[in-house]
Amino acid sequence: MMRLLPRFTCLALSLLLSACITNKQSAIDPAGAQADRISTLWWSFFWLLGTIFIIVMIMTVLTLTRRRRGFEQEPLAQRHKASDETEHRLRRTITACTITSIVILFVLIFASVGTGRSNAEFHTAPNQLTIQVTGTQWWWQIQYMNSDATRNLATANEIHIPVGRPVHIVGVSNDVIHSFWVPNLNGKRDLIPSRVTDEWIEADHPGAFRGQCAEFCGLQHAHMAIWVIAEPEDRFQAWFRNQLQPAVAPSTPDLQQGQQVFLNHECIFCHQIRGTTAGGQSAPDLTHFGSRRGIAANTLPNTKGNLAGWILDPQSIKPGNHMATVEVSSTDLHPLIDYLESLK
Amino acid sequence: MAFLKFNNPAVVVAAACLLCACQRQHRDIRPAPASLAIYGGAAPEDALRPGGPVNPQPVVNNPYNASAYDISEGARLFQWYNCAGCHANGGGGIGPPLIKQHWIYGGEPANLFDTIVKGRPNGMPTWGGRIPAYQIWEIVAYVRSLNGEQPRSATAARQDTIQQNPQTIVNRTNGQTK
Repeated sequence: MMRLLPRFTCLALSLLLSACITNKQSAIDPAGAQADRISTLWWSFFWLLGTIFIIVMIMTVLTLTRRRRGFEQEPLAQRHKASDETEHRLRRTITACTITSIVILFVLIFASVGTGRSNAEFHTAPNQLTIQVTGTQWWWQIQYMNSDATRNLATANEIHIPVGRPVHIVGVSNDVIHSFWVPNLNGKRDLIPSRVTDEWIEADHPGAFRGQCAEFCGLQHAHMAIWVIAEPEDRFQAWFRNQLQPAVAPSTPDLQQGQQVFLNHECIFCHQIRGTTAGGQSAPDLTHFGSRRGIAANTLPNTKGNLAGWILDPQSIKPGNHMATVEVSSTDLHPLIDYLESLK
Repeated sequence: MAFLKFNNPAVVVAAACLLCACQRQHRDIRPAPASLAIYGGAAPEDALRPGGPVNPQPVVNNPYNASAYDISEGARLFQWYNCAGCHANGGGGIGPPLIKQHWIYGGEPANLFDTIVKGRPNGMPTWGGRIPAYQIWEIVAYVRSLNGEQPRSATAARQDTIQQNPQTIVNRTNGQTK
């Protein structure tokens, strides 16, 4: 027992530590009505199946350890011949167990299908927000849809939503099948080329919730993350108004040089910065790049050092990704990074 | 060591797998700077004459010749940079078709590279310095694959866009590509 003590201590400590981690990507740490249902379903499966597992284990151990009375005295020939009474009891027990199993399985099926149906219910709330999420190798293109076209907003890899408002996620894909999955808010929804899929999320408290592509989509599938940031309505509106603005004009000579570096390099053929001549549509919109949390689909935190590494050699950070290897001279690099980070 | 005998089916299968691995294609996802710097002068226009060049020109091989990965990258870039906006998917529209045998400015890899880098009168823009040279070579590989000038083993069996008529486009590689 003393020998095992350190192991138990380690296990207990790590369990305690994992309990400390909050606000992480987890389906059993729900932050919305849809995720609540999934979490309830998960825990009911856990407790029901856990109880059954323990009962079965106890029965097995009992069966293996209990010695049948008079077993040794029975002659060999009679060992397999059960009495009528035993036969009867056995049949009753097996029938009861089978019926119980079928009933439990049906209960689980109905609970599971019911959860899926209520989460997939088509909402038509008047104040709902519609966001189109396009899965792309290997980043997320985000478009806030609005009946007023001037309020359509394009961004990437980060969604801001107001707390308490249903958000309709319209899922499409540019290339292969991806899957949108923010476990704290709802289950997975596949994004399928030439199809439109729907999902609803609704955060009930503010927070940042990480999501991840949940369908293998090629070389950099593992580095395709998204943040959903739930904020109070007024902060969301402020964020949205700011994002609708074109990029801030460079104010210092350093930033002006940075903008010229951007516009005179290959960047503009894929990236867009609204308010400049850069209008590429096949890579993330950089109009408010400096306000985002991460770069390269949240592979790295958005810092100047990481950005320098990413621009100079994107293939060493995400091998196989579609960002071109561009030659930027050392005198151009710093103004370029300063300019991109100034795009708040 | 009896299990290593060649009549053991597992050994035969393992050997076959090993041999297949020799054929695995190299993916140059991180092009070396050397392959980036092949600019200008690859195919001088003064060598172009009606009826073919007077002086034999040195053959410039595409560094991404016969590479399935780079041909598929070329197909992606062809859409990304909106080549399809003028050339459609090789059939032509505003710009000339790219599925053809007679090229105004030459159809060799070096000529295609030069045409993309320098641009051509009446609408073809200059892409040199705008997109990296290795991507231009990938687009060249793709355009040549449209004409059946890349080996079958490296091209998609079924195009995402228009399907070429197999009766008009025959594989013209004869085992030799460049």
